[in-house]
Amino acid sequence: MTECVECGAEVTLHEDSEVGEIVDCTTCGAELELVEQTPPVLDRAPELEEDWGE
Amino acid sequence: MQIGLLYSRIRKDEKLLLSELRERGHDVVKIDVRDQQFGLTEAPEVFAELDLVVDRCLATSRSIYATRFCEAYGIPVVNSPETAQICADKVQNSLALAGAGVPTPATEVSFTKESAMESIENFGYPCVLKPVVGSWGRLMAKIDSRSAAEAILEHKATLGHYEHKVFYVQEFVDKPGRDIRVVATDGEPIAAMVRSSDHWLTNAAKGAETAEFELDAEAEKLVQQASDAVGGGLLGIDLMESEARSASETSSGDTPQDATGYTVHEVNHTVEFKALNEATDVDVPAEVVDWLEAKAADGVKQEVVA
Repeated sequence: MTECVECGAEVTLHEDSEVGEIVDCTTCGAELELVEQTPPVLDRAPELEEDWGE
Repeated sequence: MQIGLLYSRIRKDEKLLLSELRERGHDVVKIDVRDQQFGLTEAPEVFAELDLVVDRCLATSRSIYATRFCEAYGIPVVNSPETAQICADKVQNSLALAGAGVPTPATEVSFTKESAMESIENFGYPCVLKPVVGSWGRLMAKIDSRSAAEAILEHKATLGHYEHKVFYVQEFVDKPGRDIRVVATDGEPIAAMVRSSDHWLTNAAKGAETAEFELDAEAEKLVQQASDAVGGGLLGIDLMESEARSASETSSGDTPQDATGYTVHEVNHTVEFKALNEATDVDVPAEVVDWLEAKAADGVKQEVVA
């Protein structure tokens, strides 16, 4: 459990969460990136860039 | 083995790979390329002792450069920077496919609005305008009329990055509401699926429905040829079935080579496979890791010989 950097709501993370993974805040809808695992720290996820994809 | 995984975002695809690699006891080093400083001769510390690097960068630009650095440091990397360079750019992708004799949609590239307009008029309506770099079906335009073409070209020329002034115009392939995605390793198919949609874009990222697809011998042959054309690796090869042999002829006299009924429109080098993994009974990440293990073993063997 950690805190949304956008709205401050509690965000629950899956047990198998990985640093670099994106989670959505269910309260405000913000896209958040897990930047540290222990203890879990979230940051705002980067905006979509034009060259992203496969 | 020590496997490095280049990333800037961990998608479900990377999680599947990480999980499979760890379950098999491999030592996986996650390398967030955003944190690295790549020198010209010395590899960043995190790359020490790696048997193989797997490029899973979400950003094409990072993928191209990071793999190039790995190669310069002498670290085995998949996919290769050469493959990344070709697959990252639709022009190079099309040239590689056509050069290898793989059926691919007729395409013309031009550098001014006026020249692009001539291509569009020659192809007739509808035709397709694509960005040379991009994914997930973004910024793709199906052009139904001259006025729409004029507006799109004006927007691209005025508002776009310089790459948008490279106008990539393609025939519209009248596919049967679906296309085929094959994930293959060095041309050997792991599994395939169809992506169906009422929309002309059938990318899974656009919400297309997916179902497993059994490849016939002709499709398998094209997958191998397409893979070879871009230098091989872990690839997503996209094919369309055309309902009838296309009669469209471009101003340069090119006729689409479509004798098989398939046309290969693209090869992707950091392929996403989560949708395929759900559509098929094949354990896609396990197959990918089998291949990675073989690649890593090859790299180690070459090192010993050297």
